[in-house]
Amino acid sequence: MEPITAFSGRMVALPMRDIDTDQIIPARFLKTIDKEGLGEDLFHDWRYDSQGRPKPDFILNQPSAEGAAILLAGDNFGCGSSREHAPWALMAFGFRAVVSTSFGDIFRNNSLKNGLLPIIVDETTHSKMLALVEKDGSAEAKVDLPEQLLRIPGGPEVSFSIDAFSKKCLTAGLDQLGYIRRQEAAIAAYEQTHPANIHTL
Amino acid sequence: MTKARTLFEKIWGDHIVTHEPNCPAVLYIDLHLVHEVTSPQAFQGLRDRGAKVFRPGRTLATVDHSIPTTDRSLPIIDPIAARQVDQLRINCRDFGVPLYDLGSGHQGIVHVIGPELGLTQPGITLVCGDSHTSTHGAFGTLAFGIGTTEVEHVLATQCLLQHKPKTYEARFEGALPKGIVAKDLILALIAKIGIGGGTGHVLEYRGSAIGSLAMEARMTICNMSIEGGARAGMIAPDDTTIEYLAGRPRAPQGADWERAVARWRRLPTDEGAAYDRRVSVDVSQLEPMITYGTNPGMGVPITQAVPEPSSLPDANQSAALRKALAYMQLEPGRPLLGHPIDVVFIGSCTNSRLSDLRLAASLMKGRKVSPKVRVLVVPGSEEVKRQAEAENLREVFEAAGAEWREAGCSMCIAMNGDQLEPGQYCVSTSNRNFEGRQGKGGRTFLASPLTAAASAIHGAITDVRTML
Ligand code: SF4
Repeated sequence: MEPITAFSGRMVALPMRDIDTDQIIPARFLKTIDKEGLGEDLFHDWRYDSQGRPKPDFILNQPSAEGAAILLAGDNFGCGSSREHAPWALMAFGFRAVVSTSFGDIFRNNSLKNGLLPIIVDETTHSKMLALVEKDGSAEAKVDLPEQLLRIPGGPEVSFSIDAFSKKCLTAGLDQLGYIRRQEAAIAAYEQTHPANIHTL
Repeated sequence: MTKARTLFEKIWGDHIVTHEPNCPAVLYIDLHLVHEVTSPQAFQGLRDRGAKVFRPGRTLATVDHSIPTTDRSLPIIDPIAARQVDQLRINCRDFGVPLYDLGSGHQGIVHVIGPELGLTQPGITLVCGDSHTSTHGAFGTLAFGIGTTEVEHVLATQCLLQHKPKTYEARFEGALPKGIVAKDLILALIAKIGIGGGTGHVLEYRGSAIGSLAMEARMTICNMSIEGGARAGMIAPDDTTIEYLAGRPRAPQGADWERAVARWRRLPTDEGAAYDRRVSVDVSQLEPMITYGTNPGMGVPITQAVPEPSSLPDANQSAALRKALAYMQLEPGRPLLGHPIDVVFIGSCTNSRLSDLRLAASLMKGRKVSPKVRVLVVPGSEEVKRQAEAENLREVFEAAGAEWREAGCSMCIAMNGDQLEPGQYCVSTSNRNFEGRQGKGGRTFLASPLTAAASAIHGAITDVRTML
């Protein structure tokens, strides 16, 4: 994974609350066996009509969405299904961070493992950001991961929290599996003291 | 004296391999279930690293999501689904993972086969690349859904990195009124706490009403924990749990069984243990529940009307409800009872076990489903199908005019061709009423198997209590 430090990008707003991962990427696109092409099916059923033509009024089809890096989403974003295809699709579209007041647990976890930053802000900051995007669709925000700061143009600097381990992995571009594998001795010791209770073979 | 601990805390504590400062815990995973949809990229990751599956004997795969529920002697017509199923076969062969394939006699929805085989046991940690892994918590198991990257972690190391979640006690007290079943209990809880209410928490279901439920009903409850935002939901093991597991093919046997039972008896939450949050539901006051919107928290007692968006306290909630009702084409203030439907789906990891099918059959016996309604009955596993057929439930359903199909996820997720047409209304025993979940443009009312069967017979949303 590429290390993540600081980046700036335009914001796109999808302020509806409780957007589930079935909307982010509908189930019929999960028959794939790789990660290719998921960006095209991001929000498919909101984004295209029944003929497969882009719906002009959907935000991701508007010129302001092109090249946007930050999705400003409503509360409890990414609830529902555990499909990691959701962060894969968001990243394939070009998003590098999602800002909301809360996230579904599994989506949040999956995002952190793929380098899509789930940033939680308070309601006041969230409303300010929404108002800003509404006024100026080209407004750019800056995300500074090492400093854990979100800089909004014309607004305050907002600090956000992220667990120390995820931050370390993301800023250094480290794969979390590497960390678990280095615990080999501890895993072996655990298995010694906890004899197999499950047998599937 | 040691500190009083909850069921969750006991299992969590017993599975920590290491926990370094400023790092998540490394948690040992006793059982990993795998299916065709969320595993291909994980196996590919192993190949790219030249890694092996660390403990194939703690891993079990099956096919459930993409497979047709029609005649199994025919090939899978959808080439993309066929390729995904084949890829799982190749992966299981290459990595030595046992696979319960179509026709093996044990194939089925992952969350149905784990318990019926006796693999899902109290006190273990269990994961699967599937959010409804919470189902297994009915056994006093710490079970939760993970993403594909984490599937790869568990395949490679049998371990997972986890931050400790908080605990949430949900008490259900009182006697269940006639016509009220487990599905109504969990839909009522989710309507109360909201779909994000349990985020960051593990739910533990307790109270006299939970104790009175059979294992399959407990699985229905734990299954939908994730619809309340909680990754896991648990119920402490008791005599009901132990009776259910005794003699199952993969449950411990002989002296191992005695030792296991002794361990399981120590799992229930200690007197005085603290939870981070609590909620309670008086079961005796419940009606059959049904959803009207596009998330499982949008549910009401079946005799109530479609809610008014303007009656909600917060603007975001009103907006979400307005959007949901526009999708559902439902008018605020109108009753749900009597709303015409096109399809009834009885199945899914929530309600596709033998007792669920018995409930539905008890109403359909000697009756006909409405000629306007297509009714699909999809058993959760090949084993459930066999048992149901041995009890002549198939005859009951077919005589009533319902379709009796092969085991799988089917119209719960509509990946396999079993799907709603745009605009159709469906009463479904599954767990998600999200937009398009049962087919693009399809509209879902979530309800119990009793409500589903009653509605199938009348061709409209029906209060089952009028038929008992
Ligand atoms: S039945 Fe539905 S919810 Fe359950 S595992 Fe299958 S697709 Fe998921």
